[in-house]
Amino acid sequence: MTTAVSLAAINFNWLPILPLLVVTAGAMVVLLAGVRVSDRDSEGLGWLSLVVIAIAVATSLPMLGAQQVTFSGALVADDFTVFFYIVILLAAAVIVLMSLDYVADEGLPGAEYYALVLFATAGMMLMAAAGDLIIIFLGLETMSISVYILAGLARTDVRSNEAAMKYFLLGAFSTGFLLYGIALVYGATGTIKLHALSTLAVGASPMLLLGVGLLLIGFGFKVAAVPFHMWTPDVYEGAPTSVTAFMAVGVKLAAFAAFLRVFLVHLLGVQSDWSIVLWVLAVLTMTTGNIVALMQTNLKRMLAYSAIAHAGYILVAMTVGSSAAGAAILYYLLGYAFTNLGAFAILIAMARRGHPHETIADLRGLGTREPALAGAMAIMLFSLTGVPPLAGFVGKFSIFSAALNAGYVWLVVIAVLNSVMSAYYYLRPIVAMYTDTGGAEVVRIGSRPALIAAIAIAVIATVIIGIYPQPYMAASTSAFTSAFGKPPLATTASLHP
Amino acid sequence: MPLLPFLFLAALSIIFAAGVILQRHPVHSLLSLVLTLVVIGILFIGLDATTVGFLQMIVYAGAIKVLFLFVIWLLNLQSQPIEGGHLALKFVGALGSAALIAELLVFVLHLPPPVGHSKPLALDYGSIGKLAQGLFTDYLVAFEVTSILLLVGVVGAVALARRTTAGSAPGGAP
Repeated sequence: MTTAVSLAAINFNWLPILPLLVVTAGAMVVLLAGVRVSDRDSEGLGWLSLVVIAIAVATSLPMLGAQQVTFSGALVADDFTVFFYIVILLAAAVIVLMSLDYVADEGLPGAEYYALVLFATAGMMLMAAAGDLIIIFLGLETMSISVYILAGLARTDVRSNEAAMKYFLLGAFSTGFLLYGIALVYGATGTIKLHALSTLAVGASPMLLLGVGLLLIGFGFKVAAVPFHMWTPDVYEGAPTSVTAFMAVGVKLAAFAAFLRVFLVHLLGVQSDWSIVLWVLAVLTMTTGNIVALMQTNLKRMLAYSAIAHAGYILVAMTVGSSAAGAAILYYLLGYAFTNLGAFAILIAMARRGHPHETIADLRGLGTREPALAGAMAIMLFSLTGVPPLAGFVGKFSIFSAALNAGYVWLVVIAVLNSVMSAYYYLRPIVAMYTDTGGAEVVRIGSRPALIAAIAIAVIATVIIGIYPQPYMAASTSAFTSAFGKPPLATTASLHP
Repeated sequence: MPLLPFLFLAALSIIFAAGVILQRHPVHSLLSLVLTLVVIGILFIGLDATTVGFLQMIVYAGAIKVLFLFVIWLLNLQSQPIEGGHLALKFVGALGSAALIAELLVFVLHLPPPVGHSKPLALDYGSIGKLAQGLFTDYLVAFEVTSILLLVGVVGAVALARRTTAGSAPGGAP
């Protein structure tokens, strides 16, 4: 019963998998190196992780301009993959920078922390590079399980336990939806390869549509779209702040990378079926996120609802589904990533062991006590609001104009109204920082160079991406169009409300 | 697979599946689950997917069952009367499930009628050799990533469960 398998028939191209191997091997090295390191001085492990991430970035670059499908279609090497590899790795690097003091201060187990951050990063990269549905699923699981554990690493903190448990149970539940969706898509089409789906998906059978719907639910959970967002506020609030930042940025980047590649690139054949559902999801997500955020006094919870609202804006562009909208999403994600990283890094700067200092009241008077920190926070919040010339403004502008050009007037009207509403809760902390007095005492930021570096990177990136958007916009456009493997298809967006 | 045995096995699996949620004692529920999984395993074998059928029985009816037993034993679960929720909640729940079932029915009715084996199967269809060939060629990356996934699970289990000495634990070392 043995059949000779020709190894030559398998395409071993190391290009897309090399950065993954670096990150995975690096995670194992960190784990082993951590055996003899006490939790109080885990900083060295953090620097080691940074080196790993730097090597991974360097090994990602040769992939630029490549246009290959390797390992029998399991992985795709194109600019889309490189774009997400690099943004995810940069986000991971900033997370590590902001964790250096924090993890040691909070007494989190350093070896496990940094190793799991790297494992999660590998999972995220896998989702971005995935060429078939199984790889998306495995990347998602590698990422999610690492993050579930990271959320619960503060074992003596009840809120952290609750966050991990909630995230795990709901996450596992949502993965079930995704997996069932994959099974039904396979049943309907006989393939799990994405590039095969893009040709097969034209004569939509009910089974395929059911599968696509379940995929939508699975991704909806991961990007925290309403009504699949219930876990977000509690999990964001309870997890250690650096992990929350990782969830708000890394998980979202990876989930949208896979979401985009599956829906906006390969399932365009059934676009008319899913774009209506996304229209409703986008409106619900924006509106719920913004309305509930208005009532929050805890900054981590507020940022959780703000993250939901931002997922809603991205869903607006996904509803449109044109290649301009796809490029806008990539640009938006870039700005969103750095802005949120900065905001969470500032929350870490506010915190002292045992005193999280994460309510708006704690920010009062920060403008006079720590002007630099307050200024950075103001820039982040302005960018989240969408004030020009910051990254958040250009991102929103490009999404809304892509939607308008495709004729989605009502959707844009709702999105703009939401954006106006969001100004209230973003500006409230700024008012508190500069007009009130009597907030929390903050540890002098000057003594924590790594944290300063993290905040500085976020601020500079947010400003530069906003002021001089052309190169980043061009990179987003070429990255998105490269996902098609050929010049972008003509879109069929304008017929739907 | 002939129609009559299929119908018999399918009915059996549904009856056992209903047993999982209708039994009051957790161990009885578990027993129903095991029987459901065994019947599904037999169905797989009947569809010429021999390896999958046996894996189903070994992994689910064997290993996973033991895990479930451990959990039941660990939490010391006793048979409990099924809690009756609020009446309005029950009403909404019933309405929701009815809508879902109706939706599924519409879907099923729209499916094209099932076709039998239109072409003869290859001799090694569903064999371990065929499976292994897939695992180490087409699905090599997926196969290898699974090992990373397991490693993450182990690291996480140890990180969350290991004993610490009052706040200031030495990192990593047990």
